[in-house]
Amino acid sequence: MSLALREALRAFQRTPMLSLLSVTTIAFSLFAFGLYGLVALNLRNALQQVEDRVEVRGFVAAGTAPEAVSAAVGDVAIFPEVGDVRLVTETQALERARRELREFADVFEPGILPASIEVRMKPGFRDPQTVRTVARRLEAYDFIDDVRFGEEWVENLYRLRTIASAAGIALGLTFAFVAMIIIGSTIRMAVLARSREIAIMRLVGATDGFIRLPFLIEGFLKGLLGGVLALVLTWIAFEVSGRWVMQVTYFEPLVAVAGVAGGALLGLLGSAVSVGRHLRKV
Amino acid sequence: MIRFTKVSKQYARGGPALEDLTFHLRRGEFAFLTGPSGAGKSTILKLIYVAERPSSGEVRVDGKSSVTMSRSEIPRLRRRLGVVFQDFRLLDDRTAEQNVAFALEVTGTPSANIAPRVQRALTQVGLASKATALPGELSGGEQQRVAIARALVNDPLVLLADEPTGNLDERATRGIFQLLRDINSSGTAVLMATHDLDLVRNTNLRTLELNHGRLVFDSAAADDPGAVQ
Ligand SMILES: Nc1ncnc2c1ncn2[C@@H]1O[C@H](COP(=O)(O)OP(=O)(O)OP(=O)(O)O)[C@@H](O)[C@H]1O
Ligand SMILES: [Mg+2]
Repeated sequence: MSLALREALRAFQRTPMLSLLSVTTIAFSLFAFGLYGLVALNLRNALQQVEDRVEVRGFVAAGTAPEAVSAAVGDVAIFPEVGDVRLVTETQALERARRELREFADVFEPGILPASIEVRMKPGFRDPQTVRTVARRLEAYDFIDDVRFGEEWVENLYRLRTIASAAGIALGLTFAFVAMIIIGSTIRMAVLARSREIAIMRLVGATDGFIRLPFLIEGFLKGLLGGVLALVLTWIAFEVSGRWVMQVTYFEPLVAVAGVAGGALLGLLGSAVSVGRHLRKV
Repeated sequence: MIRFTKVSKQYARGGPALEDLTFHLRRGEFAFLTGPSGAGKSTILKLIYVAERPSSGEVRVDGKSSVTMSRSEIPRLRRRLGVVFQDFRLLDDRTAEQNVAFALEVTGTPSANIAPRVQRALTQVGLASKATALPGELSGGEQQRVAIARALVNDPLVLLADEPTGNLDERATRGIFQLLRDINSSGTAVLMATHDLDLVRNTNLRTLELNHGRLVFDSAAADDPGAVQ
């Protein structure tokens, strides 16, 4: 094992340019992957925030008995899809409008704004279908004049999310595949550069496992280094974006570690494939 | 110890390289393999160190049969063989002693045992004083001695030499040949493929002569008909 590690490190020492090249190509493919991941993560967070605001609002007809309205609020609150129901009285609606639209404070007179029942959906029930069902049920009360839930808006939001995750999966797989091919071919170059040594090892009776091990370690280390470098690059991109473009979220520590481990795994797999192919051939 | 029984070899691309070959090399024996270029000398050696498998017939080496041997048994067998070539096959970026030690390191020898065994092998080939020289700093004859030391360091049963003097002048050739005989007299069998008929004629060692993949003459069979069936 220590010999295999020494051989793997010696490979870095003997062909520093080739090693540097492979680490940077791995780093850049993982970096592209990481950048996409950051974009996807932030897109998801943004959608989440928008989604949290999804809300169905039913306007109460003027002159409805308050008991009827609060009974309705109680009913709606026990719908399984519903997270939170609030009654906004005429007075509260007026206050809110005056507060939020200070310039027009004088325009709002008592009685101009209807009372309303505001419904927030539970997480996981914010898809257009469910929102529409709840809106229908609210509409069924005869003292509800009108229901608004931004139907189109909810649907667009959902479509965007579906497209975003499909594109994410496709791009992610492509990048992982490209990274593996790059690692595989850099290890293949390393294998070819050492084919004389490999031939001698076999001649004197080294086992295939023994011959393979230094290359696996080399691939693993290159993947690991590439992963760390990619993490540094995404961190820089994150900082730059935070300073100049907009505040974004960074990966959680566990995700970052998983990314680096993913790089190491890609390195390991790429080199296993290359060395395996070489050993089978000779 | 090495027994060929009705061995034929046909390479995937190319005509027949060996046909219906039967012979036996005993423990501690010295034998030449001769014959014109393309006669099949290297092929016989490759079959012994299992770089190739026979197309038909059986090759037995130290009790292991080519018919039943699995891929994973090959390394263990090779550790009991030493092989040297015309082109030495040394690693140019390692010193003589590192080249010799390499054979022990990659076969899992405990590191404490390596240095003394390397020292002994280099002394045996007469190169103890050049232990730290790189191959580029050694003559052809000296490089071949390093390769022989590497082949010997695992105490093989047999030394397989494929034209070991092919790249050397007459003086160096005689030196290497004498070394191989010394190695043989200390108990290691030697099978040496060669073009050098002068070398062969001036000795009374066993000679296996090939032509077009067939064994056309075996000097052991001339005085001992039992050696070739
Ligand atoms: N890997 C191979 N694939 C196809 N044919 C081969 C291969 N190796 C050898 N041969 C053929 O097998 C025959 C025997 O070759 P071999 O190398 O054993 O001859 P040789 O006696 O060692 O010759 P030389 O004295 O030139 O080294 C030749 O006809 C050669 O062309
Ligand atoms: Mg030959």
